[in-house]
Amino acid sequence: MSGRLALPVGPRDHTQGSDDAPVTLVEYGDYECPHCGRAHPIVKLVQQRAGMLLRFAYRNFPLTEVHPHAEQAAEAAESAGAHDKFWPMHDMIYEHQPALGLKSLLLYAEAVGVDPRAVATDLATRAYLPRIREDFMSGVRSGVNGTPTFFVNGLRFDGDWTNVDSFMVAIASAAK
Amino acid sequence: LGKGEPKLRTLALLSVEARILQRVPVIDSPDAHMTADTPDAASRSQARAGEYPTILPAGERAPGFTLHSTPDQMVTLDELRGRPLVLAFYPADWSPVCSDQMALYNQVLPEFKRLGAQLVGISVDGVWCHKAFGEARNLHFPLLSDFEPKAAVSQSYGAYRTQDGTSERALFVLDNDGVVFWSYLSPVGVNPGAEGILDALERLQAQRGAANGASKSTAGTTS
Repeated sequence: MSGRLALPVGPRDHTQGSDDAPVTLVEYGDYECPHCGRAHPIVKLVQQRAGMLLRFAYRNFPLTEVHPHAEQAAEAAESAGAHDKFWPMHDMIYEHQPALGLKSLLLYAEAVGVDPRAVATDLATRAYLPRIREDFMSGVRSGVNGTPTFFVNGLRFDGDWTNVDSFMVAIASAAK
Repeated sequence: LGKGEPKLRTLALLSVEARILQRVPVIDSPDAHMTADTPDAASRSQARAGEYPTILPAGERAPGFTLHSTPDQMVTLDELRGRPLVLAFYPADWSPVCSDQMALYNQVLPEFKRLGAQLVGISVDGVWCHKAFGEARNLHFPLLSDFEPKAAVSQSYGAYRTQDGTSERALFVLDNDGVVFWSYLSPVGVNPGAEGILDALERLQAQRGAANGASKSTAGTTS
């Protein structure tokens, strides 16, 4: 209801763009959610258009009861993140949304240059589950009610996320 | 009349204020197009202002109910008492917003449990509809059917949309004794999320903790 980011973007987050950028866009997403799949290239366009103005952070909000592969995919991305490959893995997963089984995820890890055995171990030990849970609860406390949900400089973006221009308007006004 | 007029104006203002406070949907409502420049728009909006439900506020005793939780099981409010209870009234199974809302609550369920609370969803859908919806979405909390007499429970909580024949999207947090601790009426097209509920449950827990602490310390001084 408040629609304010409860957990500020900080060192714990995966970000793209400069920490000094005037605008930070945060996405709460679910790797198996078709809407998030649709949002993925839109976010890329927004990043291109906003350039230096924008820092982008991604947090996990897996709805595991409706998307049985979402949590495992998030864990795989986090595991790749431990080897500095979060973003390539993130892109890889969103670009291959229909295949998110264990074998596929390990193939993607290998393709982005992460030892699939390391990822397999992290998945087996659920190494990143607490972090994903923390992402999720920070979303719940910020008023995330479904995926994708975006925040522009800490305020929930209730505009049309399918439209690059509506993002740009929000970003431009936040940059002022 | 001279005396009555300001009073009327105050009443009108209050009703406008109440609508704002309750975040009454105008844009999000499925019948929003009716509020445009149609000839009966004024009378309609006036009627709506008057008849719009005021949901049960904090401090009120929650009306009892006996509703189907499965095709062959009934549940009563009394059975659900003894710990905090979250009642989530929603317009319809399967509709996109509700599905998101219920999927979210399903996911936040461990957090509700951690705070000692139980959650039930309530809509006017029938038992078989609830069963299919709950199974399709893997919902791990009961959906109660306010089906016959239609919407009697929703109405008793002030959470009924006469114009649509469905429950409102309204949230109630009841304390252990069945008294409303917090309530919220959401615009019908907007998923209210879980943050308000969690916040209320935490405040309720803190209040009970403080009360327990106080009674303990009193007990301590008397012994």
